[in-house]
Amino acid sequence: MSERLTVAKTYKLYVGGKFPRSESGRSYPVRDAKGGFLANAAQASRKDVREAVVAARKAFGGWSGATAYNRGQVLYRVAELLEGRREQFVAETSAGEGANGKRAQAGVDAAIDRWVWYAGWTDKIATVLGAANPVAGPYFSFSVPEPTGVVGVLAPQASSLLGLVSVLAPAIATGNTVVVVASQDRPLPAITLSEVLATSDVPGGVVNILTGRTAELAPWLASHADVNALDLTGAPESMSAELERSAAGTVKRVLRARPTEPDWTAPPDISRLRAFLETKTVWHPKGT
Amino acid sequence: MASPPPASTGLPPALSDATRDETSLRRFLHGLPGVDQVGVEQRAAGLATRSIKKAAKLWAIDTAIGMVDLTTLEGADTDGKVRSLCAKARRPDPDRAEVPPVAAVCVYPDMVATAVEALRGTGIGVASVATAFPSGRSSVPVKIADTELAVAAGATEVDMVIDRGAFLSGRYGRVFDEIVTVKHACGDAHLKVILETGELATYDNVRRASWLAMLAGADFIKTSTGKISPAATLPVTHVMLQAVRDWHTATGDRVGVKPAGGIRTTKDAIRYLVAVHEVAGEEWLTPEKFRFGASSLLNDLLMQRRAQLDGHYSGPDYVTVD
Repeated sequence: MSERLTVAKTYKLYVGGKFPRSESGRSYPVRDAKGGFLANAAQASRKDVREAVVAARKAFGGWSGATAYNRGQVLYRVAELLEGRREQFVAETSAGEGANGKRAQAGVDAAIDRWVWYAGWTDKIATVLGAANPVAGPYFSFSVPEPTGVVGVLAPQASSLLGLVSVLAPAIATGNTVVVVASQDRPLPAITLSEVLATSDVPGGVVNILTGRTAELAPWLASHADVNALDLTGAPESMSAELERSAAGTVKRVLRARPTEPDWTAPPDISRLRAFLETKTVWHPKGT
Repeated sequence: MASPPPASTGLPPALSDATRDETSLRRFLHGLPGVDQVGVEQRAAGLATRSIKKAAKLWAIDTAIGMVDLTTLEGADTDGKVRSLCAKARRPDPDRAEVPPVAAVCVYPDMVATAVEALRGTGIGVASVATAFPSGRSSVPVKIADTELAVAAGATEVDMVIDRGAFLSGRYGRVFDEIVTVKHACGDAHLKVILETGELATYDNVRRASWLAMLAGADFIKTSTGKISPAATLPVTHVMLQAVRDWHTATGDRVGVKPAGGIRTTKDAIRYLVAVHEVAGEEWLTPEKFRFGASSLLNDLLMQRRAQLDGHYSGPDYVTVD
């Protein structure tokens, strides 16, 4: 029997719950840590950014309007599916990041745990960040956190799964919808995550994942008037300042990047949940 | 058909012959060459692939804005809504004074007075749907009264619907008479005849209805009411553009075309403009001869216009919600 040929995969984007090719028709080879060929990924263009933002905006009403409890259930279900794809994630992260088997496994476990951790926060964050404010008058005054809107996320370049989950999960847990630009050189875990999301209960458009050149896509995301916030975590350091300036043109909330990627294995806190929330304060007259 | 209609005067003999009586009308309409369905759909799809960029796109966007019949035809329309629509018609993009006003505002007859008041002195037309819009299911006196109501209130354009039931059962004379009567009731107001192509079933019927409307004196032929699906499509508009071109060849008159319903994006609008240019001709690329019946299209045109000029994508937060 002849030796079996491997099937070289060419992946697509994930936009609006569907898997379209890039409008530009481009793709680029993804290589492992040693330079061997892994697969082809779609190379998104500015028009794919535009389509993704439209999809995210369309999904925002439904996702932000869903009850926090319901969002939690939906995200828990994603964690279950992540668990089912565990071996694939381990293989992809260890190939892409050059981590040995044990470290890769630990990374995937941490990513799934992180997802569960954020899923648990959906219906608790309002009690932590919201308040019934004391006022000197016959009024009730409440402050409640509300999602910022469509968030553009430049995913971490190095940590392709744990890092991705650590920036993505908090943004959607609070009710935002996101357009993610995956790690440029290590996009495979993000692509597999999109396959997980497509078969989960997360409505199409809540998470849109683009693969391609971060430096090409980031400026379009930063300047887009219908994007409400920008997470610069995976931005090339040389571009950060310009992206922030460009985002200021349409008054976006910007989460700045540190010069080096944070240690994602450190225990998380709620700062990333808080980053894309706006506080709404309501005054309400007391009944007589 | 009771009497020779006034519309047929001045027509070439072959055409005025066609309107002599019901039999000759049927003979004429059924004598029109059939539409090659595959051909027209391929041609429409082929033209739709034209790439219009940069300066040409900007020109197309401004041209399309100037051709919009900004429409609100809802049961829930109020004076306030019509007034705010008129404000938008006058100055589509409040931040940019150079954006041209739209061609007309299209409302129900009882809202015409409000629109006329709000648009006085601007040169923007007020179009009113009439004749028991959208179904057209009523008696002729009611349809005339509906038209007169709109015209008396100051409508400069009347959008009438044809009796599709009569058309489909072959009573062309009845449809013809109705259009002639409404045209008479319009006085100076322009008459747009809505064929409701979504209910006509075949392209042959669209071609016949187009000719029938033009024979009866229509100033414009319009695809649809926007109330049923499918509304305007590129191939249907193609057939109608061919009809007005052939009518021009036969008579020297230029009849306008108005696709309405389902045109929501700038990309769609530009495809229509390409079709107008290629099928009918450059002379039709003016608001006097070509209109878009639309409501949400205008916002997309404005967003695209901003994207072209600002160098980044705009969003729905930056245009008015109507």
